[in-house]
Amino acid sequence: MNEKISESIVRVDAHTKIGGQTKYVGDMKFDGMLYAKTVRSLHPRAKILSIDIPDIPDGYFIVDKNDVPGKNRVKILIYDQPFFAEGAVNYIGEPILLVVGPDRDIISQIISQIDIEYEPLPAVLTIEDALLENSPRIYGQDNCFVSHEYIKGEPDDAFANADKIIDGEYRTGYQEQLYIEPQGVIGIYENHRMTIYGSMQCPYYAHRAIAEGLGWSEDKVRVIQTTTGGAFGGKEEYPSLLSGQVAFASLKTKKPVKLVFDRDEDIQTTTKRHPSVIHHRTALDSNGTIIAADIDIKFDAGAYAGLSDVVLQRGMFCASGVYNIPNLRVRGRAVATNTVPNGAFRGFGAPQAFFAMDMQIEKIARIIGINSLDFRLKHALKKGDRTCTDGLLRHDVKIPEMMSRIEELSDIRDKIKKFKSQTGRIRKGIGLSMFYHGCGFTGNGEEIIHGTATLRKYPDSKVEILTSNVEMGQGALTAMRKIVAKSLEIPIEDVIYENPDTSRVPDSGPTVASRTTVIVGGLLKSAADELKQRWNEPGEIEVSKTYHHPKYIEWNQETMHGDAYPTYSWGINVVEVEVDTLTYEITPKKVWAIFDVGVPIDERMMRGQIEGGIVQGLGYGSIEVMENIGGKIQQGTITDYTIPTAKDVPEIVSEMLDNPYEYGPFGAKCSGELTLIGAAPALAAAVENALEIEINKIPVRPEELLEKMEL
Amino acid sequence: MSDEIRFKLNGETVSYSGNMVRRLLDVLRDDFGLLGIKEGCGEGECGACSVLLNSRNVPSCITLIGAVDGSEIYTIEGIRNTEQFAVLSESFAEAGAVQCGFCTPGMIIASLSLLEQNPSPTREQIQDALSGNLCRCSGMNMIIEAIQIAANKGGVKW
Repeated sequence: MNEKISESIVRVDAHTKIGGQTKYVGDMKFDGMLYAKTVRSLHPRAKILSIDIPDIPDGYFIVDKNDVPGKNRVKILIYDQPFFAEGAVNYIGEPILLVVGPDRDIISQIISQIDIEYEPLPAVLTIEDALLENSPRIYGQDNCFVSHEYIKGEPDDAFANADKIIDGEYRTGYQEQLYIEPQGVIGIYENHRMTIYGSMQCPYYAHRAIAEGLGWSEDKVRVIQTTTGGAFGGKEEYPSLLSGQVAFASLKTKKPVKLVFDRDEDIQTTTKRHPSVIHHRTALDSNGTIIAADIDIKFDAGAYAGLSDVVLQRGMFCASGVYNIPNLRVRGRAVATNTVPNGAFRGFGAPQAFFAMDMQIEKIARIIGINSLDFRLKHALKKGDRTCTDGLLRHDVKIPEMMSRIEELSDIRDKIKKFKSQTGRIRKGIGLSMFYHGCGFTGNGEEIIHGTATLRKYPDSKVEILTSNVEMGQGALTAMRKIVAKSLEIPIEDVIYENPDTSRVPDSGPTVASRTTVIVGGLLKSAADELKQRWNEPGEIEVSKTYHHPKYIEWNQETMHGDAYPTYSWGINVVEVEVDTLTYEITPKKVWAIFDVGVPIDERMMRGQIEGGIVQGLGYGSIEVMENIGGKIQQGTITDYTIPTAKDVPEIVSEMLDNPYEYGPFGAKCSGELTLIGAAPALAAAVENALEIEINKIPVRPEELLEKMEL
Repeated sequence: MSDEIRFKLNGETVSYSGNMVRRLLDVLRDDFGLLGIKEGCGEGECGACSVLLNSRNVPSCITLIGAVDGSEIYTIEGIRNTEQFAVLSESFAEAGAVQCGFCTPGMIIASLSLLEQNPSPTREQIQDALSGNLCRCSGMNMIIEAIQIAANKGGVKW
């Protein structure tokens, strides 16, 4: 391993996956294993008056709230949604009980005979409804799980002195992760201990939730991650609920219990990206410079709090985009509605915020009559500037270089002009988005978790990586091995890295927030550096490292002031589209993308993140339509909720620019989520360019374009 | 419908008797232990359960076992030792076409089915052939490239 770290290698898991030999949770069987299926609420908000269970055959079981020995609440940030409903339901699809047994057809027959009597209660179904003064109170005094505000500079004074004030309101829709492997877990009770196998991102989240639900000490619970067939945030907090449910089922039946979702069930009842309403108010001086902004962010959290507080915070810390706005007020609310709870999804609040900011920038540039590319560059953050939360940008911000390169590649400057005032049926458009992603947990998250990673050298000179971070497609098994092998100057084949088992690995934190490479990879790098010094010590050697932020970090969680992240990765995307003015179908024709992720650990795997993230972002901006009407997801099947297929993907030209981060392994920063953020706003800007209209909502839907064009 | 059907599975003649309206996917996974076939949607939309049915790429989740009497079926397990698979496997690895892996066996089946019919497909032909196989990780371009690499490798008869 003498070449540069970024030089691509074949992923360590490629061949077993290609050959179909890799086992996922759905492929696992245990002696006497039973299956479980969930009975769910049909009402958005109701009391459960009675549950009538038919006579069930021997060997079949009902598992419900009465079978939860500990606390019947899933521990996420707070004690949250019940594992099984307790006399009331708060969204359509809320789990009430499991039917468990050996034959799935008989389970379905039993379920069809269960009769639940409800007393419907008035429900709150949208953000707007929830915030009306006379709407039913479904959470606290104001139907908000959390409300936050932070202020930078003197926004009131700046607005008072403004030459021009521009308002804009932006909306974003749901997005479903649609990992191809549905949610699945297996619970096994044996000898007063509980073992859970599951497709998940965060074995220790599940571990804590199960222990609380069982009312047991954590050492009696063991969680083993199974190779995860895609996650994108959808397997961050959600598997904790399922893990608890199968644990209770196995405790009751004394047999292994498997719960694997159907696709429809997965689409309709698991967490999604938060729909949002974001209001921008921007103050300009007489030179057309932004002097202040007031940004109000509302996320639809759904019926339970889940991770919405931190999703909202990340959104708030991206509110003003990559632009240097000296005076700022940002307010955020996570609003309770009687709809399926929303949660983690690649980008974690950032895609909504960047879409709104980018569209507002385009709007301002249009109104004051300046080229939006120049307007963006004029306001772009640079090293030494203050972030939206008044943190200091200590590292190089290479926006000017990235911008000139993407202009050269895409010819956007000339095309924007050329595509104005087209008249034919098919119209071309081009648009750009600039964005960042804060690396690792938001605010003081990393300082709360204090992740630990361990390396163990065996006498045969093999070295094992012990962390709780998982492979879910992103390439962690390969990237982490590369970091360790290169640091120790040993062949990658000598580095062992198994799927995490909480009985063997320390808690290095969850596989989220684009933190695995930069944070945990950084710990492994420093453990490897120490191990290298001690290489010739006899016997087994173990080196553990625990994360602490770089000393320069200053963060006040109360006031939300300071360095919200230790560093940032950056991106610029350009999307070119064609819009058919008969059908208003949007076809992305080509995408150009430049990213600064520090130093990529593997260029080809990084390209995999770029391609996958951009296509997911294009879907978010256009074809991935999901609506909730009356509390019910309208696109509840994979036939109705469409994601981009091979026929939908355009050519994507991507480049990376080295900008090493001194605390990241080999200079690496974060990369996994960053790649999704820019495609949707760039696509929306391209549609604005093609049709000379204003877009303020994603997904951009043909029927809504038609309406706008007919106005 | 007769009580027993016979079909060729991965080169060997096998028989099946029992419920003829079971899904081919369940019979192959549960009765024959062929776990390389994955269930991603159960609606014939995602292609994770793709098998070669008389050389065509077919979702086994919407194919009933009763309908395969006399057919020839290959799953990923049955093609693993072929030289065509070796070329595809190398190409997928080289192109970075594999991430979470859940769609991958189905993609290999779809690729093989395409290349058997058309050893030098255009990008558009590849896009058409893969349109019934979803991948949420890769964005598809790197899978399309893998097939182009395989087609260009030569030295193997598709």
